[in-house]
Amino acid sequence: MIGWPPFGLAARILCACCVLVAPLAVAQDTARRSGYQDMGRSLQAMQDDDMANPAMLWVQEGAALWTRRAGSADKSCADCHGDVGGMAGVAARYPAFAAGLGRPVDLEQRINLCRTDKQKADALADESRELLALAAYVARQSRGRPIAPPDDARLQPFIAAGDALYRRRQGQLNLSCAQCHDDNAGRKLGGATIPQAHPTGYPIYRLEWQGLGSLKRRLRNCLVGMRAEAYGYDAPEYVALELFLLSRARGMTLESPAVRP
Amino acid sequence: MGHALVNVPASVKRGDAFEIKALIAHPMETGFRPGPNGVLLPRNIIQRFTCTYNGVEVFSLTLSPAIAANPYIAFFTVATESGSLTLRWTGDKDFMAEETVPITVTA
Amino acid sequence: MIDTSPETTRRAFLVCSTGSAAALALGVAPAQATPESLDAAIKAVVGTARLRAGKVTLDLPPLVENGNTVPMTVSVDSPMTESDHVTAIHVFNEKNPQPHVMSATLGPRAGKAKVSVRIKLNDSQKVVAIAQTSAGEFWTASADVIVTLAACVEDPT
Ligand code: HEC
Ligand code: HEC
Repeated sequence: MIGWPPFGLAARILCACCVLVAPLAVAQDTARRSGYQDMGRSLQAMQDDDMANPAMLWVQEGAALWTRRAGSADKSCADCHGDVGGMAGVAARYPAFAAGLGRPVDLEQRINLCRTDKQKADALADESRELLALAAYVARQSRGRPIAPPDDARLQPFIAAGDALYRRRQGQLNLSCAQCHDDNAGRKLGGATIPQAHPTGYPIYRLEWQGLGSLKRRLRNCLVGMRAEAYGYDAPEYVALELFLLSRARGMTLESPAVRP
Repeated sequence: MGHALVNVPASVKRGDAFEIKALIAHPMETGFRPGPNGVLLPRNIIQRFTCTYNGVEVFSLTLSPAIAANPYIAFFTVATESGSLTLRWTGDKDFMAEETVPITVTA
Repeated sequence: MIDTSPETTRRAFLVCSTGSAAALALGVAPAQATPESLDAAIKAVVGTARLRAGKVTLDLPPLVENGNTVPMTVSVDSPMTESDHVTAIHVFNEKNPQPHVMSATLGPRAGKAKVSVRIKLNDSQKVVAIAQTSAGEFWTASADVIVTLAACVEDPT
């Protein structure tokens, strides 16, 4: 087998063994840190410069999709929402409660609700280029704003469910998210610094993916790292975890679309 | 395929060197990577990039599979006169993309 | 040019070494350029001319967080005039499947001999940049790069 460039299999094993051989002492930072702060200077520069940030290719595509009519309603996003500037701050308060569904939805799901209910078009596939492009374009309008989850009592049970999931040991390694991201944040797992798991930059251009991906995809990667069964893309567990992580990151600055290793 | 982001300064003083930054969406599949079925994915890369300034080539680059996906290329050229820069990417599977951006040169 | 802050140095030492052990256990034998093929590729460009260290600055992060995308800038100390300029910049590597990374063609109209791209590095290795001048000289610089593995990567499905 010729594995180039990356070492999928090896890295997955690495994930396990490095935890088991209990890593290295680095004073734990009690302040909240974005994953951005754990990156080297050259990756920070890649994120900071819109002319160099590869995620901007998706933002550009999102701008084109924003004004493209779709579905049997033959309406574009812009036909109803006008200039995308009106989306400023929206990504900072998602996931939010969708009254019609009786449950919270994340930004991608909200966009797909507009696809199906307002445009009368087919939902865009999870992690499709179009859905990520629209999410990146909308989220870009909130860059620099503080993460501001809604104070909505209807969200409380879902946040609590996310909190419980975050602390529950699962998978073959019997690990919880908290064991890595609270207890060992700042330490090394293989070559990677374990971040505090603040979702400050989604969707992100992850170098490992060589493309853009959602927070859900990132969570799936961690579940696989834990040797746990990744939930299906529609599973309510993701939205619960997302809600919990966003409430934990309240007030931190949104960087979307960010770059991560 | 073939959408790109090109950045040049809005205006440049004659004689000054300015930087051109270009990003293009492309997988840059190396040809050395197995797909899910274990068979190598065929190579699919951009092989060549050129920049012409009012029709004259001022920079070119030969790429290889070792250039990262969604290639970023930044380089310099001297402002000679107002006009346009044409950037062209060509590669495997008859890939071809072209972007033309205006450049304003001041005295 | 090279970031040698205590932070990066510390990180370099903490690189988990089990990655290669796992690769061995799985019988993974990646196709690789070798120091010999690197030499051959350089020879094809330089021929019998003298290759001198200097004038070239090769800027790469000393510790790479993901080998899929490694920012690289090559700059050459040159006046970039009609009579004295850089005509080409070549970059090679030691351990990817092929030694050639890129070749740029430039001239006095570049004004500045500086090129930035992002490269893939499949392992910790040496990267070599070579600049060719209008006088037919060859100048070189190299950098040793440590490539770490990403943690918690994609699901196999
Ligand atoms: C026919 C009109 C219409 C179209 C077309 C439409 N939307 Fe909407 N959108 C709405 C309405 C109305 C709401 C408010 C929530 C509701 O009533 O369902 C909304 C809500 C949203 C929200 C949440 C805003 C918030 O403040 O929480 C986002 C994000 C959004 N739309 C994105 C899009 C995108 C992206 C498209 C194009 C793919 C799109 N919409 C197309 C009418 C539309
Ligand atoms: C074995 C340790 C480990 C466990 C357990 C783990 N993660 Fe992670 N997680 C990581 C590492 C390491 C990274 C950074 C990956 C990299 O840079 O290669 C990461 C990244 C993240 C990020 C991205 C942060 C950013 O800056 O964008 C989020 C969010 C996250 N994890 C959430 C979770 C959740 C939720 C769980 C539980 C379902 C979990 N993780 C379980 C190790 C872990």
